[in-house]
Amino acid sequence: MSAPGSVVLGLIVPGLPHPLLAPDASPHWRRIRDAYDQAAARVRQAVEQDGADLLVLYSTQWMSVIGHQVQADPQPVWTHVDPEFHALGSMSYKLRMDADYAAAYAAAARARGLSCRTVAWPGFPIDTGTVVALSLLNPDNRLPATTTSCNMYADRGETVVLAKAARDAIVQGGRRAIAVAVTSLSARMHTRPVAPADDHLSSPKDEEWNQKLLEILSEGRLEDVAQLARTVAHQAHADQKMKAIWWLSALMDQGNRLRGTVHGYGPLWGTGAALVSLAPAATEHGQHEFDEDGVERFLGDAEVLQAPTARAPGGAPGAPAMERGLGRAGPSEVPPSVHVPAPARATAPARPSSAIPTGAIHTDTAPRPVGAYPHARRVGDLLYLSGVGPRQPGTDAIPGGPIRDAQGNPLSYDIVAQTRACIENVRRILEAAGSSLDRVLDVTAFLVDMDRDFAGYNQVYGEVFASVGATRTTLAVRALPTPIAVELKVIAAAGDVDVQKLATGG
Amino acid sequence: MSPTPAQSGQPAQPGTIVAGFLAPHPPHLVYAENPPQNEPRSEGGWEVLRWGYEQVRQRLESLAFDTIVVHSPHWKTVTGHHLLGVPRFRSLSVDPIFPNLFRYHYDLSVDVELAEAIAAEGADAGLVTELMRNPDFRVDYGTIVSCHLARPQWDRPIVGISSNRAYFSFSNEVGEQEMLALGRATRRAIERTGRRAVLLASNSLSHRHFTSEPAVPEDMTAEHPYSHNQYRWDMHVIELMRKGRCRQLLDEMPDFIEQATSECKDGSLTWLLGALGVPDYPATVHAYGTVIGTGNAVVEWLPPDPAPGVAAPGVAAPSVNAVGGAA
Repeated sequence: MSAPGSVVLGLIVPGLPHPLLAPDASPHWRRIRDAYDQAAARVRQAVEQDGADLLVLYSTQWMSVIGHQVQADPQPVWTHVDPEFHALGSMSYKLRMDADYAAAYAAAARARGLSCRTVAWPGFPIDTGTVVALSLLNPDNRLPATTTSCNMYADRGETVVLAKAARDAIVQGGRRAIAVAVTSLSARMHTRPVAPADDHLSSPKDEEWNQKLLEILSEGRLEDVAQLARTVAHQAHADQKMKAIWWLSALMDQGNRLRGTVHGYGPLWGTGAALVSLAPAATEHGQHEFDEDGVERFLGDAEVLQAPTARAPGGAPGAPAMERGLGRAGPSEVPPSVHVPAPARATAPARPSSAIPTGAIHTDTAPRPVGAYPHARRVGDLLYLSGVGPRQPGTDAIPGGPIRDAQGNPLSYDIVAQTRACIENVRRILEAAGSSLDRVLDVTAFLVDMDRDFAGYNQVYGEVFASVGATRTTLAVRALPTPIAVELKVIAAAGDVDVQKLATGG
Repeated sequence: MSPTPAQSGQPAQPGTIVAGFLAPHPPHLVYAENPPQNEPRSEGGWEVLRWGYEQVRQRLESLAFDTIVVHSPHWKTVTGHHLLGVPRFRSLSVDPIFPNLFRYHYDLSVDVELAEAIAAEGADAGLVTELMRNPDFRVDYGTIVSCHLARPQWDRPIVGISSNRAYFSFSNEVGEQEMLALGRATRRAIERTGRRAVLLASNSLSHRHFTSEPAVPEDMTAEHPYSHNQYRWDMHVIELMRKGRCRQLLDEMPDFIEQATSECKDGSLTWLLGALGVPDYPATVHAYGTVIGTGNAVVEWLPPDPAPGVAAPGVAAPSVNAVGGAA
């Protein structure tokens, strides 16, 4: 049995419908179906031996624009038809989703600075990749699942942070998860029909890169593959820039400490379809110094399109589409009078005043106060929060456990979990007041055991607040009113205030 | 439902394209209108674009037509151009990107005979075409939004054409040639079947989105072009349309696609221009506005010499509008 709060298995699986709908129409599709069946057996093994209790998917076929979306309908039902391969038939499904985990996943993503929401509308069009993967890996709905969209603009940083949010929720819920990247290796499909029996990789270059990637994956070197993503995307037809691999590796600790098994590989309508399982291992392959390191928090759009280095029609300066390397113009083309916009903004823009509460602020989304005080009070441009602990709204449960029992006997507790819950409560109160974590100006932290807890508290604090730049004071105190180890006192800018003007007195 | 001239054999006279529209598909516009088919409710928003679509609706009231052919960026296919090939579809369309705004119950009929004719003409021109015959198929939301906004009565059959990925699989230039060929094939099929067809190209212009939306999606204080560059490109392209310089527009289209992240990369507008024979007459711009940062224009091409019987009895043509000149 694996430890709770861990990813017990990772899978890479293809999302085209052929192995589900027409496995026997082609020996190539049959091979992929057989590999899918092996992967499904591996899932059952993870349930029985490791106690796996959740499937978390990321599908390159579910595109999103407004941040990321997480599926939270407990039982989505539909008869789905693929927009391209409708002639292969229909896919009727009744899936089992874990709405609580999905909500925790989305909340953790927001806590890390991402835009993220759950979706649970009846009839929501679940993508082919998710339907195929869940139908073949989890045909009896033995495990609850959820699936995540692939944001069309997200690059590595955003995708890595998303995966870490998925992991936060796994840890928070004490789950034993199987992470599934629904993605092709190479993704170029045939542009003209081919007979199923004659299916083949649509590009020799794709085939070459697929083989390289499979060789590395078979050694369990998932992060090595993730580090290659940009190169592969330049040289071959990577599926959505290999975002799913970034996501999977970040969810599995961004290392190579894995055992890889390639269950099968072959063409699916010109794409490179591979089924690979990756299990945690005791040893790591080599000592690696990665070119691209981990990212803990999303700092907002890079606003690369605002850089004044390209031209609108007619030769006037404008903003280019630089993110994809489009339309770049040399520095000599930039006229001296071009407006240079402010650097990427970590602070959310000010909201209209009409939407912002004033005076004393109470909210049901935060733990109830233990005395006669509001959660926050607005005075002028500032929000003053009462001391915020880790207790959970509604239940008063303490993530990471209480520091003492009812008789006052000390208990073991997790300062990391308590600190995370504290910050989440701060976020809830700020959002109820129309503000946000990135508008925090000053933090006073109270710890009951500085020697024991400072490192864990400081690590979590840095994940969230390093980019915010708030001032901070940390104090050791003898006790707090409830059996908790940490409490935060926060001052933040109100949501309708321009933080930069506030800073300059403008 | 109006009868289709070619349903009983050869048409009495060649068919024609009676009008073509650039008819973008932001689901926000349907959400803002609060039609009974859509589940979410709104307080309005994006009025200028919706007023533009009112002009389209009035124009269609003044035209005698029997089918609507729509090319949609949100039915994406790689292996060829696919066409709806089932007589009727009735289901729920939920936008996978903006499910909070668009959950629309649709009931539409398809002009299968014209779809088959377009597929055949396309194949004769060397294109890969395929009829979509699966009755469980869910019609893409781009098709539904454009058709609703242009003709909310749903009283004409439609032909739905997918957006082939030739631009993405090869290059903008290759994609453009592919879509022009499909447009010409569409025109030939309309003429051969005797249809009086209205064409809808369901793409926006500049297309970089904001990646967040306001708490109230219709909060218009948050709406503006994504960038000055996108806006400048949109105005340039619209000006070419207004002056009837569509050949130049096609010449510049690959640059527009790259520089303005244009949704024209999905081919709808180029298909329309191909079907219209690359118009050298002025278009009427009914509206321009942004939706979550993307540039959207509602534009009409009325061929100068349509076949007799253009105006339906007792229906006035739309009035002059403020943006695009005389209608």
